[in-house]
Order: sequence, then structure tokens, then C-alpha cells
Amino acid sequence: MSTTLLAPGFADPAHDAQRLFRSVLDAFSHPGRIVELHDAPAGPGTLSPAATAFLLTFADRETPLWLEAGVDKQEVRDFLRFHAGTPLVQAREAATFAVIIAGGGEPFAGFAIGSDTYPDRAATLVIEVPALDGGRATIWRGPGIDGEVRLAIDGLGDGFWSAWAANHALFPCGVDLVFASETRLIALPRSIAVEA
Amino acid sequence: MPDTTIQDTSPQDGAYNYGYLDEQTKRMIRRAILKAVAVPGYQVPFGGREMPLPYGWGTGGIQVTAAIIGREDTLKVIDQGADDTTNAVSIRRFFARVAQVATTTHTAEATIIQTRHRVPETPLTDGQILVFQVPIPEPLRMLEPRETETRTLHALSEYGVMQVSLYESIARHGRIAKTYNYPVMVNGRYIMSPSPIPKFDNPKLDRSPALQLYGAGREKRIYAVPPHTPVKSLDFDDHPFEIETWTESCALCGSTESFLDEMIVDDTGKRLFVCSDTDYCESRR
Repeated sequence: MSTTLLAPGFADPAHDAQRLFRSVLDAFSHPGRIVELHDAPAGPGTLSPAATAFLLTFADRETPLWLEAGVDKQEVRDFLRFHAGTPLVQAREAATFAVIIAGGGEPFAGFAIGSDTYPDRAATLVIEVPALDGGRATIWRGPGIDGEVRLAIDGLGDGFWSAWAANHALFPCGVDLVFASETRLIALPRSIAVEA
Repeated sequence: MPDTTIQDTSPQDGAYNYGYLDEQTKRMIRRAILKAVAVPGYQVPFGGREMPLPYGWGTGGIQVTAAIIGREDTLKVIDQGADDTTNAVSIRRFFARVAQVATTTHTAEATIIQTRHRVPETPLTDGQILVFQVPIPEPLRMLEPRETETRTLHALSEYGVMQVSLYESIARHGRIAKTYNYPVMVNGRYIMSPSPIPKFDNPKLDRSPALQLYGAGREKRIYAVPPHTPVKSLDFDDHPFEIETWTESCALCGSTESFLDEMIVDDTGKRLFVCSDTDYCESRR
């Protein structure tokens, strides 16, 4: 029998979740804005604090979660089942949320993109990246951005931005992304066009 | 300037979770809000809860506010522009009690502004959130009663029926006679109901630096307009969109730029025009 201790979740669930939600809402309403999550719990270690905070804020028993092999560890599964009650799924199309490690091919393939009549039924993918700068230069434009923002998220695979262009072209369908690194995150909703 | 601080403090109500709603409900609403922001103008269905006030009194707006509000927020609530009307006072007191938040009547001090049918005259800024109370979220509802059909029209971006209704208004009245709840196109994709704000307020929605969230309690829909997003009022090349104008100015502050309410002040029918936005008006006196 394992004697590993569970990492703690939120110290103050209602208020921690509210503050983190507002930070994520700020990120979604200002795509490209780097948002610092001051109250992000350290979590089980395999996930970044930002990804941990996002999942504890939004995931629960109603939101199936898909984990990429690199983060699909016992301590992560135990942590999310205990603190969020999240069902873990093997099929990508069944997931509401997913955690993906940057660098792999076909990052969005298979996830729910919603339908023309219900575009909200699409997955939100948390992409773990090594850093939010230092990568390939990109220009983002769309709702929430005053003009344009320039970003260079590190660690994304070669085909990533062409896959994003295909996802954006599905609008109003398509997945939404959150790039997580340590305690910071950037949101990329499907409405944003990225020039790479 | 008169002191407009309102004492809304009341003892903390320990019988309810913070913000009245339970955490499961808040998470569900928060997920709906994220999707609403990701697809500007699209109405996201959500599991609306029974609230301690009747439909039509702002149950949708209250649920959105309850899901986003925190102890660091400062809340302003207006009803037709006024901070001191029944609906505004009772909603402000509700959140002072269940969320222990500071309340204000000053637009510039508020982080969250819940509104029934007006947009404040004072320009909003980055970081502010405007929460609209919406009675009928579907802009096509009066033209097409079937939900399955309006949903398909939105999916196909097939909005001819709306243009025809505006054209019929021109044919009948010589102009587009709609004065409130005037339909808008959000980011060139979805036609959206801006809620029953006067069309005077429609230009304020366009590329606003504030986040706009819309909550409809009876119809259980949430939709959003992110900051800096184009919001265009529908019109025709030969009948461009116009807002209301007045020949009078406000009898209290003299403003010629704000939205004016007409009041009958005595039995002989004497009329007075005053600002609908009470905070704006008081700040100018």
C-alpha cells in the first residue's frame, strides 16, 4: 500500500477559486496577456502550478479530463480525483479539459470542437510550455486585443501554428487553449488569428 | 457634490456560501462565461438556478455577478441609470450581505457594474466588468419563435429575416423605429441583443475597454463581448444608424450629451428633462 501524501489543494476554496477564476477570465478577455496566478497551489509536482490552479478552478465531476502520457502519473490522478472529483478519460473526444505537453505533433486532433449550433461544447486544452517567451515570434489579432500583440511562446512543435490556423478557421467551432508555465498563463481562444 | 456613499453594510450571513451560490454552480457558470468570451456574441446555455427574487428582476445578471464577485471587488448596481431605484438598491444590498463587498455609486470606482437597461455615461476602463440583466437574449425571437430554428439561423449566420424586419420598419415609418434593444453584430459573426438599453448606448459597446457579460435568468443563457471587440448596430447604407438627440438639456446639471428622461412634475403637465445616469448627473452639479 502506498503511503504517499496527497499535495494540498486550495487553502480557502471559495476565495482561492474566485481569485484564480478572475485571473483566467482576465487572460481570456485579453488574449496574449501574461497573467500571474499569485495563489496557485504547488500541486503534485508533475503539473505546473498554473495548470494545477486552472484545473482546480474549473474541473469537477461534470468535466471529463484527458491527460497526456507525460503527466498521466499516479500522483496527478490521485490529486485531481481527490480535490476536483474529475473523471479521467482515455478518449480525447470525451474530454472537456485536457493537459498537453508542448512539442508533440497534432496537438488538437480528436478533441471536441463543438458544433455549428452548440460551439460552446468544445474542449479547453491546457498546454504545458517551458517558457512564455523565447520561442518563435507570433502576432495575435482578434476580439479582446487592442490592435495586435506580439508573443514568442517557447517549446511549441513545428506544425503548431499551422494547426492553430486550421483550428481558428473552424470558428465559431474549435478548441480554446491555455499556455501554462510555472505560475503564469496565457489564454488563446479560438477567435484569435495568429500570424506566425 | 453631495455625499453619495450608501450604507449597505449588514451582518455577514453565515447560512449561505460566499456569494450565495454553491461552488459547483459557480464553476458551471464560470465555465459558461469562458466559452461566452471565446465565442463573442454566441449565447451559451447554462444551468440557471432559482434565485431569491422573481424572473424579470435580474436573476441572470445576479448569477453572473455571484459567480465572478470576490472580496476585493467594488460593486455598483444601476436600474435605468439610477443607483437609488428599488431593483438597484435590493441587488446591491444582496451582495453586500452575501459577498461582503464594498459598494459604490461612482462608475469610476466600481470593478463590477451590474446594470438593468443602461450603460453608464462615464467611459469604462480596462479591468471593469459590465454585467447586463437580459430579459430575452435571442434577438431573433420576435421574428422566429422556435429555438431550434433561431439556433440554426445563428449557426448559418443567416440573418436576412432581421434585415427584412428593419426594412419593414423603414417602409412603415420612414426610418428604423426601434429605439431600444437595437440589434448589433458582434465581431462580424453573431447578431446579438444588447438587452433593452436605449440605442443611445449602442455606440458605447463598440470596442469598449471593459468586459461585457450578459446574463438571462429565465432563458438560462450567458453571452459576452470581450474588450476592444467591434460591435456594429445594424443599418442600411441609405438609412445609417442614428442615436437619439434632444433639443433640451438636463434641468439639474445642464448636460447636452447624456441620455435624458422626461418627467412630468405637476398637475398642469409641466415637463422636465433630467439625466438618466444619476452618478454622472451628480458629479456635474
